[in-house]
Amino acid sequence: MRPLKTLKKLYDEESHIVITEKGSPPRVLFSGEDFLLEDLPVDTRVIFPRPPLEAVPNLKAAVRWALNHPEGMEPLHALLRPGMKVTVALDDISLPLPPMKLPDVRQTVLEIVLDLLADSGVDDVHLIVANALHRRMTDAEMKRMVGQKIFDAFHPDRYYNHDAEDPDGIVELERTAHNEVVALNRRAAESDLLVYVNINLVPMDGGHKSVGTGLTNYASLRAHHNPKTIRESDSYMEPARSALHRSTERIGRVIDKHLKVFHIETVLNNRMFDGPVDFLGKKEEDYTELDRLKFEGMKYALSKMPRAAKRKLFFGIPAGYDCIGVHAGATEPTHDKTLELTWKQYSVPVEGQSDIVIFGVPYVSPYNVNSILNPLLLQVMGLGYLFNLNRGVPLLKKGGVIILCHPAYDEFDPEHHPSYIEFFNRLLPETRDAAVLEKKYEEEFARNPSYVHLYRKANAYHGAHPFYMWYWGENGRQHAGKVIVAGAENNHVPAMMGWERTDTLSEAIDVARGFMGRTAHISVVHIPPILQTDVRL
Amino acid sequence: MPFTKAAFYDVDGTLVSTNIVHAYAYYATNRGSLLGIAGRTLATAASVPLFATLDLFNRKVFNEFFYRYYAGLSEDRLLTLAEDMFEDVMKPAIFPKAKDLIDEARRAGCKIVLVSGALDFTVQPLARHLGADDVVANKMQYVGGVATGRVIPPIIEGANKANAIRDYCVREHLALDKSHAYSDSVSDYAMLAVVGRPTAVNPDMRLRSIARAYNWPVLDLR
Repeated sequence: MRPLKTLKKLYDEESHIVITEKGSPPRVLFSGEDFLLEDLPVDTRVIFPRPPLEAVPNLKAAVRWALNHPEGMEPLHALLRPGMKVTVALDDISLPLPPMKLPDVRQTVLEIVLDLLADSGVDDVHLIVANALHRRMTDAEMKRMVGQKIFDAFHPDRYYNHDAEDPDGIVELERTAHNEVVALNRRAAESDLLVYVNINLVPMDGGHKSVGTGLTNYASLRAHHNPKTIRESDSYMEPARSALHRSTERIGRVIDKHLKVFHIETVLNNRMFDGPVDFLGKKEEDYTELDRLKFEGMKYALSKMPRAAKRKLFFGIPAGYDCIGVHAGATEPTHDKTLELTWKQYSVPVEGQSDIVIFGVPYVSPYNVNSILNPLLLQVMGLGYLFNLNRGVPLLKKGGVIILCHPAYDEFDPEHHPSYIEFFNRLLPETRDAAVLEKKYEEEFARNPSYVHLYRKANAYHGAHPFYMWYWGENGRQHAGKVIVAGAENNHVPAMMGWERTDTLSEAIDVARGFMGRTAHISVVHIPPILQTDVRL
Repeated sequence: MPFTKAAFYDVDGTLVSTNIVHAYAYYATNRGSLLGIAGRTLATAASVPLFATLDLFNRKVFNEFFYRYYAGLSEDRLLTLAEDMFEDVMKPAIFPKAKDLIDEARRAGCKIVLVSGALDFTVQPLARHLGADDVVANKMQYVGGVATGRVIPPIIEGANKANAIRDYCVREHLALDKSHAYSDSVSDYAMLAVVGRPTAVNPDMRLRSIARAYNWPVLDLR
């Protein structure tokens, strides 16, 4: 008999992988705002996320402990002096996905930090949403994130969105050794202390990326948000193998040299579905009769609803995320601890790559909270995020086929994504080459006064943002031999992306097998909840 | 460095909430003599339904008709009153975010040009205040220092705004396809369509629907 330790290791490594057999249940896959229930071919490997790790038993105590026992820095209370100027920066609405149940973990951290600041005689405190070139959060979203009490006390004069286009609101520090621009929000740069409250959902988040990208401007983001850097990054999710992270680290080190930054990093588990929809986090083998009934009922109801109502419904169901760890202190040692915990939750070991990889694409991405997953965001989800959810070795073999389950509707939100509309309709028909798009059009969009105005005064993503979305998909585009959208409701969206379409998933599998051979190995990544494959070759 | 592109702004309803009737009403109510004030004010008030109908029917006809009301006013008086009119009427009516939009265009390297169906002397103080580089507007004809009520052709409105912008770009060596235009009204469709980067600002229903159909950005400066 095998020792318990070996059995535990085997269970830990293999229980998240299910090989489809004749009697296997059909799989529930997201397809935008709908669900597919699909029988998969025998031998298809289905990769499931790990179950949610247990929450810290007392979040407030965990935060306090982290503040008092920071990594590589003095405790927060020891850094405070009466009358000093402190800025607290917060991750924006792109994290977590979907927005979590109340109280948001940022509110819990802030309540403790702000009390500590007040007790230490620090009154000059500003809260800044580190939204970089993302859209400004609305007042209602800002209130939800920090709670009524903090919102009333700080908004709008001392709780606001970062403005990367404010000509007086940005300070340029020295450049990095690679001549990268280091620019920072003036209020943050001129503070005696910057506290950054982070939410870590995947390893791409946090660390030097928090301040260096969240509170900067277009000039600084250009240093790493470009096709060349993206192509040199084996995975955005594996900081050690990512040119993007090397650049943000260089920038972050310059910031740390000029400014005292105290990071508070929180790690969430993957309890994305809770309450009546908790079955979506299970393997189909584990569904109870009630789960099946709930699923069928939900599928039927969704099929009768207009898409806008479905979105409203989904965005109205907050995720039941729990905080599984809090670390604080200096940028790098804090983030090392965070990464360790993140991998523990999200990393799933997988033996070998596949010829065909299937992803169900849900209704939400980091860039369309309370909005539409438009064609560019579908692209960034498929080729940017889902393809890159690995530790440096893609799950897909080079030249293999990616199948995305999504309607690929031609819908855009003119309030949140106005520049995306022009990018999609004017630029993509001309070229899909990221380098050409960058050289010829990026600056024009970034400087377009209408887009700048909509970013600064309304709730629109910056004019440069659709380019970043396209660059984000660059590695997936270069790696995949073919991309098929199963269930696409039109021809032109997939065609514009350079993809193929089929009506159903089984047709897509047939087309993919026609391309890769009848014996092609198929994997399905059963997300959400999020997982990251750790592929061993 | 010479400009290579421009941002053309309609004025009434786009940058300010007033229109040419407000401007004329100011002149009418500051006629200089009690009799003059009473006469022009009453005539203007009595014509409001006619103005509304004409504006609905055809902006060009409306402008031509409307500027006849200036007949008999002296040029000196109009120029002097223009400054007061700006301070009293137009300045408080500038939309809160208008200055930001113009500053953003300037930072993008655009030459700032106000294009208005109003009379040039009423737009000049606004242009100075907003830091615009140039004004394209209607010019009143004067004989012996007195307004005739006729505008020197071509009258700047509707399709002629587009022609004026095109001519301006040729004359100033600006790239029309890289230039921006901003307007609030469907009557300026031609002005918006002629440039490469049109934007609807505080649009009426018809312009909003056109902007959505053509994927033009829509701004709200209010």
